[in-house]
Amino acid sequence: MTEKSSQHPSNFLTSKQLHKRRKAEQRFKAYGISTIIIVISVLLLLLTGIIFKGYSAFTKTEIALEIFYDPKVFKESIPKAILKMRDTGSLIRRALQKEFPDIKDSDEIRKALQLISPNARISLIRKVVEDPRLIGTTRLTWVSASDNINLFIKKPQQRKLPAYQRQLDDQKIAWIDQLRERKKLRQRFNVQFFTNGDSREPEQAGILGALMGSFYTMLVTLLLAFPIGIGAAIYLQEFAGKSRLISLLELNISNLAAVPSIIFGLLGLAVFLNFMDFPRSSALVGGMTLSLMTMPIIILAARAAIQAVPSSIREAAEGLGASRVQLVFHHIVPLAMPGILTGTILGMARALGESAPLLMIGMVAFVVDIPHTPLDPTTVLPVQIFSWLRNPEQGFIENTAAAIMVLLLFLILMNLAAIVFRKRFDHKW
Amino acid sequence: MSFKSRKIKFSISDLSLFYGDKQALFGVDLDILEQEVTALIGPSGCGKSSFLRCLNRMNDKIDNIQIKGQIALDGMDIYDRSLDIVRLRARVGMVFQKPNPFPKSIFDNVAYGPRIHGMANNAKDLDAIVHKSLQRAGLWDEVKDRLDNPGTGLSGGQQQRLCIARAIAVNPEVILMDEPCSALDPIATAKVEKLIDELREKLTIVIVTHNLQQAARVSQKVAFFHMGKIVEAGDTAEIFTNPKDERTQDYLTGRYG
Ligand SMILES: Nc1ncnc2c1ncn2[C@@H]1O[C@H](COP(=O)(O)OP(=O)(O)O)[C@@H](O)[C@H]1O
Ligand SMILES: [Mg+2]
Repeated sequence: MTEKSSQHPSNFLTSKQLHKRRKAEQRFKAYGISTIIIVISVLLLLLTGIIFKGYSAFTKTEIALEIFYDPKVFKESIPKAILKMRDTGSLIRRALQKEFPDIKDSDEIRKALQLISPNARISLIRKVVEDPRLIGTTRLTWVSASDNINLFIKKPQQRKLPAYQRQLDDQKIAWIDQLRERKKLRQRFNVQFFTNGDSREPEQAGILGALMGSFYTMLVTLLLAFPIGIGAAIYLQEFAGKSRLISLLELNISNLAAVPSIIFGLLGLAVFLNFMDFPRSSALVGGMTLSLMTMPIIILAARAAIQAVPSSIREAAEGLGASRVQLVFHHIVPLAMPGILTGTILGMARALGESAPLLMIGMVAFVVDIPHTPLDPTTVLPVQIFSWLRNPEQGFIENTAAAIMVLLLFLILMNLAAIVFRKRFDHKW
Repeated sequence: MSFKSRKIKFSISDLSLFYGDKQALFGVDLDILEQEVTALIGPSGCGKSSFLRCLNRMNDKIDNIQIKGQIALDGMDIYDRSLDIVRLRARVGMVFQKPNPFPKSIFDNVAYGPRIHGMANNAKDLDAIVHKSLQRAGLWDEVKDRLDNPGTGLSGGQQQRLCIARAIAVNPEVILMDEPCSALDPIATAKVEKLIDELREKLTIVIVTHNLQQAARVSQKVAFFHMGKIVEAGDTAEIFTNPKDERTQDYLTGRYG
């Protein structure tokens, strides 16, 4: 080796140089690994933080009360609409008095009532509407505990805090302990989180409204952005030819993809709401606004995918006498479709996570009802997260984290779908 | 050489071609006879492909291209406005250097041309066309059990014969081949050459080749291109044994190329 390198000094690296080169390689590798480690640990930190805060939102506390379904409150014959207005609070009050016979004055009974969620009253009415035979009987009925109780049960370390730092005083804690001893306290999977709309009470608030809102918004976005985006891409790529106007157009589409999303919200506000007078806060307008944002992404992805179709396939089709339209629709579009779909899914995922432009068009309004059409006022997941985060109640924090988990789940699913598409339809030419 | 005079299929006169400012063909004249194989030979970059692609107007769409002169197919100017380019390509098919089957089944590859030209009235007709084309291309026995498999899964030589089957499925009068064997191994090349010889019975073939032996084996006529001009054209045997032009002599003896 030494002999050789002395013979051809220019052709062989000395062992020292080789050593240096290997060192540089190792150093570079180490940089790479450490960046990856940093990224992954930040991600893990974020995820565990959210999961730790949010997982408890998926369970809720219920309290069992001996409810006497008083016929004086529920008259069998009265229609449902009026039934709803009946005050079932008195039934709960009586049940509480029976449960805790040591309650003396109205102050204490008011305190006891704070154990129960305000929505328990409505749930009693619902029970009676479902099964009118309850009227006149006494039943052990599980009702939601209030937000404070819920939090206390989930985070028992509160008990050790001095009284002024707790949300529950000693009396309430004593009651809870009693209930627990009597097995009248339980943790349940919080179905309502997935079946309810928004609410002022964190233990009653659910994400179904926002989910449906997101669904309708995405539907409108997809129906608008996908066909228009593909059409534009095909036209630009295959039919437009080259002119100064076309290059200007192409440049602007690329620029549009980089415009901050809130600008699109302003546009939606000015055009769709103020000028065209579409329903405010609706999924329709949200979808239209987001489609403006998604369309350039789809156009760019589709053009790249169309460009990637090898020219040999074009020549083969043209050589057989395929017309331009036949070439495009028989060969180019099918071959470009996986790439187009991948781009579309990624664009849609971005739209799903978008909140700023939707704030501009009023989708931040407090909506309890679950939207049934794209015209109903609604909110979407990211905006719901934003609204909940602004609420002062403790319970909304876990709701927020739980909603983030749901949103992340959908985003991960969409990205996975994009990866699967890319892998599945990877052509070999 | 037979004395039977053959009809002129393509008559090219004074053909010049410009890519922007760059001229690639300089006033080329050539007659291509029916039921013969005409080989275009010459060093690379001399304009063989450019010339070949004029014959079915495959280079129409290139930016800044300019084509002057006449090309007549059976006496009809192919650059005439009234001519339908779809019809032209059905009459003049093409096989490319690199096999380029569609990423579809073997059947669909061959059936595509007949389908878009409305050549089959029903599925049975189409089956018959596909069968016949694959048979003429000498591929039928190799693929008859797997017509549904993707054409891209065949070997290189089979793919090229599939492309030939695809081209003859629309019943063309002429097939243009641009170095059809340059991506194939010798055995596959021999098969394609045999196929070309068989197809000559019914078709006119124009083939660009780098391989002089191949030109000698398969062609009846040779045109020697040099720097955008045809230097010499005539019977293959004549040109290979007794080239008149010095440049042809140099090329044939391997002095450049
Ligand atoms: N699309 C094109 N644009 C510009 N110049 C081209 C194009 N195609 C071919 N040429 C040029 O024209 C000349 C002839 O090319 P070509 O016909 O491909 O030659 P051959 O097939 O004989 O090798 C070459 O100099 C080549 O660089
Ligand atoms: Mg060439």
